[in-house]
Amino acid sequence: MVALPQTQDQPRVVLSARGLGKDFGGFTAVNDVNIDVHHARIHALIGPNGAGKTTVFNLLTKFLQPTRGQITLLDTDITRMKPDYVARMGLVRSFQISAVFPHLTVLENVRVALQRPNRLSTQFWLPLSSLDRLNERADRLIRDLGLAEFRDLRATDLSYGRKRVLEIATTLALDPKVLLLDEPMAGMGQEDVRMVANIIRDVARDRAVLMVEHNLSVVADICDHVTVLQRGEIIAEGDYASVSRDPRVRTAYMGTEE
Amino acid sequence: MAHHSDTPAVPGVSVIPAAASIRVIFLLGLLALLLVAPFFLYPIFLMKLLCFALFAAAFNLLLGYTGLLSFGHASFFGGAAYFTAHAVKVWGWTPEAGILLGVAGAAGLGLVMGAIAIRRQGIYFAMITLALSQMFFFFCLQAGFTHGEDGIQSVPRGQLFGMINLSNTINMYFFVLGVFLIGLFIIWRFVNSPFGMILRAIRENEQRAISLGYSVSRYKLGAFVMSAALTGLAGGVKALVFQFATLTDVTWQMSGEVILMTLLGGIGTLIGPVVGAGLVVTLQNYLATSNFPVTIITGVVFMVCVLVFRRGLVGEFYASRLGRRLGLTSER
Repeated sequence: MVALPQTQDQPRVVLSARGLGKDFGGFTAVNDVNIDVHHARIHALIGPNGAGKTTVFNLLTKFLQPTRGQITLLDTDITRMKPDYVARMGLVRSFQISAVFPHLTVLENVRVALQRPNRLSTQFWLPLSSLDRLNERADRLIRDLGLAEFRDLRATDLSYGRKRVLEIATTLALDPKVLLLDEPMAGMGQEDVRMVANIIRDVARDRAVLMVEHNLSVVADICDHVTVLQRGEIIAEGDYASVSRDPRVRTAYMGTEE
Repeated sequence: MAHHSDTPAVPGVSVIPAAASIRVIFLLGLLALLLVAPFFLYPIFLMKLLCFALFAAAFNLLLGYTGLLSFGHASFFGGAAYFTAHAVKVWGWTPEAGILLGVAGAAGLGLVMGAIAIRRQGIYFAMITLALSQMFFFFCLQAGFTHGEDGIQSVPRGQLFGMINLSNTINMYFFVLGVFLIGLFIIWRFVNSPFGMILRAIRENEQRAISLGYSVSRYKLGAFVMSAALTGLAGGVKALVFQFATLTDVTWQMSGEVILMTLLGGIGTLIGPVVGAGLVVTLQNYLATSNFPVTIITGVVFMVCVLVFRRGLVGEFYASRLGRRLGLTSER
């Protein structure tokens, strides 16, 4: 795919990959993936199991080193950078398996994310109460995402859906420019799916979102742009309506599409 | 002791209302016991106990609170003993300056060893620390200032701050007790600090900590150096207590012993390693004169502990019904 020349009214690209590829031994997991993630848009990455979606995620967030290709974040080449470094640049991800700190409270979970940007993560001589000055911001996020009544519970005692919401709250605490969500709705009940979909739509107002998602009705509902992956390669791209009409996509899903 | 949440650890177990004051009374009782102990028990034995207790507590900072198993902590313990002994005996430094040199030397060693080992995890981390500490052992065996198999002998205890004569055993005891309490306070503060909170987060979910932008290896290295420095504090003081710095303290057996003490008492608790060290040192002391080989006894104790008290003595107590009612929640 050739990158289109940008015009003024097109939303700007914040994260892009060109010719991205990853081999594990002799096996090519991802091949020649080109992707552009735009500011203030929700971009979905879909495809059948084993299509390489999570591998693409790991490559983009630098948890894996690509074998081929180039990744650019906000005009900076990040292809060879470390994952914690790109996180500090504003590219923050979630994980397929809920990633909370289980034995910390909801408040502490959010504060851990706030500690680094507020330069309160290396002081080994200060008491824990020095973290209280982060409470105001943490509490606002906790309230915004409807977790106020669980503030002092340990994360492990939350329901599955709320753990995912806590994860999003923690991620948002960093005020990321690009948010990568790996199956944010997996294993959630209808109620929680609706709530999280609303949250994602809300946070995408002023940041880019790329999400891997199996729930196609959610994708149809909230995503502006869809990229379909099969066996590590892109087979279709566009808005949901056009992608879902694509015969190759229909074959790939073999009747699992709705 | 580590961190008490205000909510009960397990629903259905109510915390005794006066739990906090019971804990304070218990701690004050323990302190009183330590203050009068030298008038009833052999002070050199008590000082040895305190040195090993601090050693184990410093080791636990790494194993219990960071999740790193080092098999090379003898380097910091024995190394600091050499540095302190040499500075005090050959250079004529005051005891406090000698101990500070031991701490700085151990921290420097920790920085080098940690920087090499920290990139590997689990058993590989343990093996690299073991290999590095074996290299340090051979260095100590060969280097001139350590006097090889003889060690540095008859190290003068000197005058603390030029005023207090440490060759008086009771003076020395209270000095060691003071160092021990300061060391424990530093560990407690370190664990319950903004830095300690990030360490907990890393131990709970390292990948997530990375994705939040934390360079986890730097935090681990920070904990490694702090643990090495406090181990050096224990080692430097021990050299003054026994007036002797020996090759025994840098052997891999010493690294193993501190692991034993920590596991026996309970990792991830502040008091656990202190109790474990007390038990092991006491056993060694009282069995040393019997014909029965002491290593067999400690071996059996260790096996029983691993099989029956998986959390260690203090860890099991924290997890027991009484422990929970006192609001003592173990970290793990």
